Amino acid sequence: MSDEPRDDGFDDLLDAIADGEGFYVECANGHGSLPPRLSCPQCGSQELSEEPLPDSGEVATYTIVTVPTPQFDEDAPYVTAVVDFGPVSITGQVQGVDPEDVETGQVVGIDVGESVTRDERLIVFEPR
Amino acid sequence: MSDPRVAGVGLTHFGKHPERTGRAMFAEAGLAALDDAGIDPDDVEALFYGNFMGELAEHQGHQAPLMAEAVGLDVPATRYESACASSGAAIRDAVFRLRNGEADVVLVGGSERMTNIGTAAATDALSIAADDLYEVRAGMTFPGAYALMARAYFEAYGGSKEDLAEIAVKNHEHALPNEYAQMQQAITVEDALDAPIIADPLGLYDSCPITDGATAAVLVSEDYAADHDLDTSVAITGTGQGGDKMALHDRQYFARTPATKDAADEAYDDAGIGPDAVDFLEVHDCFTIAEVLALEGLGLYEPGEAIGAAGRGETTHEGALPVNLSGGLKAKGHPVGATGVAQLISLTKLLEGRHPRAEAVEGASTALAHNAGGTVASATVHVLQEVVE
Repeated sequence: MSDEPRDDGFDDLLDAIADGEGFYVECANGHGSLPPRLSCPQCGSQELSEEPLPDSGEVATYTIVTVPTPQFDEDAPYVTAVVDFGPVSITGQVQGVDPEDVETGQVVGIDVGESVTRDERLIVFEPR
Repeated sequence: MSDPRVAGVGLTHFGKHPERTGRAMFAEAGLAALDDAGIDPDDVEALFYGNFMGELAEHQGHQAPLMAEAVGLDVPATRYESACASSGAAIRDAVFRLRNGEADVVLVGGSERMTNIGTAAATDALSIAADDLYEVRAGMTFPGAYALMARAYFEAYGGSKEDLAEIAVKNHEHALPNEYAQMQQAITVEDALDAPIIADPLGLYDSCPITDGATAAVLVSEDYAADHDLDTSVAITGTGQGGDKMALHDRQYFARTPATKDAADEAYDDAGIGPDAVDFLEVHDCFTIAEVLALEGLGLYEPGEAIGAAGRGETTHEGALPVNLSGGLKAKGHPVGATGVAQLISLTKLLEGRHPRAEAVEGASTALAHNAGGTVASATVHVLQEVVE
């Protein structure tokens, strides 16, 4: 995979999360979004800055995927969740817990893991 | 205002036809529509064509000219891609073209070949309607996305898997007499609840099947219909489109679909009606929960109320507001890029009294089509009304 070009913004964020320095994009009106951005998806503001991602978030909704795409064939079953970090929400996989024990409102931290099937990087959440 | 007329409709059987090419299916649907319209094919001025996964399923981009040619038409042709709302978007632009007088006769339709690549590859192909970087790379599938919405709905308003199963049972029952439907088989609530889970809380029977098929309709201007003495009684009187953030996590709501509401508000206003005028409708039930979100987004139910509509019998063929009399995407099948026009076809036949479920809507005059793309980051709504000349 090392020969593949990076995806600017996305790979930068994953690098930062892996280093424990996750961030999000904030506009002049306080709306959060994920990079790469030149304008705020909520209001169009072009005054953007990178702000530290809160240390933990809450599971807003989740599902246990049993029929995956081929990229996650050997990963299934796995938990996909949307986690609310306050100014921004992020989709990833909840790991380090029995899928049956995941629940909404659960407090999780964010990290970068690898898929079992293709060793590809992905955003993961782990209960705090 | 001049309202375009539906002059003729045609479609292929929806189902598992892995050997049928997109072009062959669209040729069958397009020729059937031209034949049904009874017009001179030379009068057709443009093709508005919907398709979603042609590059992945058939290694075929630039499909529109190929499809015009397949129907024997030498006209400018454009492909519309808005995921599962592709041909809904195509209808909308066709309506505009006819309304503004730039054309008098157009062909609108779509086709999708899906089963030839198998379930795993089709699941992958469907997933690209979501945000690749931030959703698909986290393992989100399409059933997974709607499962996230279903759980959020349950937590916000209540509801259960049984409620969703009632929707599947209803739509399967509706499809029983539909010879074009992929699934002409009755199911029970127990069947649905016992089926394998795809993405909790959604099971196999909460999900539409993977489908091959094509659809087409000839739309004409009001003047053309009058000048050529066409036997058309169905007009498209309202059109609307809404949009939302691509990724679910960037939305304000997970259990509501504002794009549907925006599309509906525009279409109602365009047609000069309110939601209470709708007699029956086809909504985008790619998953059972999607039917619930659609009915609420369309303003036909308050948030939290549509989950029990099928179980209460309100949306069945015997109910006050029949929903998805064709069987919906759930049982009729969902050849993605063809689905928006499939809804138009069902409603036209129902209004004209030539659909096997027409008895359910006898005397009705106003119908609505709701087509959605992705997790409803795109939505189109069209109002169809029977006109008395």
